[in-house]
Amino acid sequence: MSSLASLRQAKRNDWCLINSLRILASVTALVGVLITVFVLKEALPALQSIGMLRFFGDDAWYPLEGQFNLVPILLGTVLTALGGVAIATPLGLLSALFCQFYAPNILASSYQRLLELLAGIPSVVYGFWGLVVLVPKINQLHPPGQSLLAGILILSLMILPTVALLSTASLGDVPKAYLQGADALSLSRWTTLTRLVIPTARSGLITAIILATGRALGETMAVLMVCGNVVQIPNSVFDPVRSLAANIALEMAYATTDHRSVLFISGLVLLALVGLLVMMASVLGSEEREKTRGI
Amino acid sequence: MLSYHTNTDPDSVEVSPLIDVQQLRLRYGSHMAFEQVSLPIYAGQITAIVGPSGCGKSSFLSCLNRMSDLVPDCHVDGQIHLAGTDILHPNTDTLLLRRRVGMIFQRPNPFPLSIWENLALPLREHGNIKRNRLAETIETVLRDVGLWSEVKDRLRQSALTLSGGQQQRLCIARALVLQPEILLLDEPCSALDPIASGIVEDLIVRLRPRYTQVVITHNLAQASRIADQVGMFWVQNSVGRLIEFGTAQQIFASPNHELTAAYISGGKG
Repeated sequence: MSSLASLRQAKRNDWCLINSLRILASVTALVGVLITVFVLKEALPALQSIGMLRFFGDDAWYPLEGQFNLVPILLGTVLTALGGVAIATPLGLLSALFCQFYAPNILASSYQRLLELLAGIPSVVYGFWGLVVLVPKINQLHPPGQSLLAGILILSLMILPTVALLSTASLGDVPKAYLQGADALSLSRWTTLTRLVIPTARSGLITAIILATGRALGETMAVLMVCGNVVQIPNSVFDPVRSLAANIALEMAYATTDHRSVLFISGLVLLALVGLLVMMASVLGSEEREKTRGI
Repeated sequence: MLSYHTNTDPDSVEVSPLIDVQQLRLRYGSHMAFEQVSLPIYAGQITAIVGPSGCGKSSFLSCLNRMSDLVPDCHVDGQIHLAGTDILHPNTDTLLLRRRVGMIFQRPNPFPLSIWENLALPLREHGNIKRNRLAETIETVLRDVGLWSEVKDRLRQSALTLSGGQQQRLCIARALVLQPEILLLDEPCSALDPIASGIVEDLIVRLRPRYTQVVITHNLAQASRIADQVGMFWVQNSVGRLIEFGTAQQIFASPNHELTAAYISGGKG
C-alpha cells in the first residue's frame, strides 16, 4: 500500500514539474512573440503612410523632411558586420584549432580564460577604447578616422571571443575515437584536422560564425562611437557610415509620428536580418545531422 | 610469482620472438597500472591477453605501438624490442612504428567518411599511390576481411551506415591497408552481437599466420578457440601483473597458477 502511495506521489511530482516547465517555456516564447508584434505594430503606421518602396527609393535620409532612404544605413550595417566577421572568423577558428590540438594545456586554458574575459567586457568600453586609440590612428592614416574601418576593427575584436569560444567547444565535441583512430593509422595532424576534425565540427563552426554575425549586426554602442554616423554609401573603408542600431539610438530622443515609426522599421529590418541568420543556422544544422545519421 | 611453462610441445621449435617485452611497467601519474611484465610475442601467432577488468591489459597493449605516449602523465619503463628495434627508445619514429603495428579498438571507430575514403585516406597519406593501384588495394583488403561482397556496390556511402560488425571489419581493413606486421586488437568483439562477434573472430583466425596478432579478450572461450599463446593478467596489491604465460593448451589444460585455474574454471574474476 505504501509503495502505491509513493508511486502516486512521484506521479504528482512529475505532473507539477512538467507543467511548470511548460509554463516557463511558454512565457519565454511569448516574450519573443510579443516583442516582434510590438515592433510590427509600431512600424505599421509608417508602412501604411509611407510605403515599403520609399525606404529604398527616397533621395536620402532626412527624416524631418520626410525623406526616408534606409539603403545607406542598411549597407553600413551589413558592411561593418561582414567586415568584422571576415576578420574574426579566421582568427577565432585558428586560435580554437591551436588551443585544441597544438597548445600545451597551460597555455590553452589561460588563453581560454582570456577570451572569456574579452567576451565579458561591456561594449561601451570597446567603443571608448576605439574612440581614443583606434580612431586617431586611422585619422593619421586617412582622415577623418571615424569610419567603416574603425567599426570593422572594433566589431572583429568584440566577436572574436564568440567565434573562438564556440569553435573550441565544437572542436572539443569531435569524438575522441576518431582522433585515436587517426593516431593509430599515423595520419598527419594536417590530414586529421582537414579531413576529420573540421568536417565533423562543421555545423558547430558555422553556428559560431552565424551567432557572431548576429551579434555584430545588432551591436550599437561601440559602432555608434567609432563609425562617424554619417548616412552615406561609403566609397572606401575610411568613409564614415551609420548602422541601423546606431540610427535608432541616435534619433529616438527626438523622433515623433512617422519618424518614430520609421525607427521601428529600422528595428524590424534588424530583426529580419537576425531571423534570417538563425534560420540559416538551423537549416544547415539539420542537414548536418542527417548526414551524420548516414541518410 | 610469474610462472612460465617450459616448452613441451614437440612440434614447435624454439624461435626467437618477434616482439620481446622485458620488465615492462606503466604508471599514470603516481598510480602503477602494471609492473614486471615480460613476455615474448611470436611471429604469425595469435597471442591472447586475458584477465579481469582493470588489470592493465589495455595499457599493456598501448605500449606496443606507443599509443601510451598520447595519454598525459603516462610513464612507461622497461624494454620492448621489435625485431631488434627498441620501441620505447625516445628516438623511435612513432609514425613509422604505428605503420608496422596496427591497432583495432573496442568500439568500431570508422571515420565519418565514405567506405572508400576510410581506406583511401591512410593509403594516400602514406605514399603516392596511383589511382588504379588504390582501387586494387582497397578491393584486396575488403576481400581479406570478407566485406567486399557486402559493400562493393556502395563504396561511396558513409561508413556509418554499416552495421557494428561490418564497421569493425572495415576498421580491420583500414589497418591492413598499411600492410602492418602486427595487429593489436583491444577486445575487438566485445561491442558486437554474438553473430558479428563470430564473424570477426573467424576473420582474426584467417589473418593468421600472415599477421602477428595480440588480442585482448574477456571471453575465455574465444581465447581458447583462437589463441596460440595466452598471457594471464591479474591485479595483485592493486597493481596489474602477468601471472602466467604459455601456450593456449598449457594454460587451459594444466594451469600452473591457482588464480589462473580458478579464473578459467569460472571460480574467480
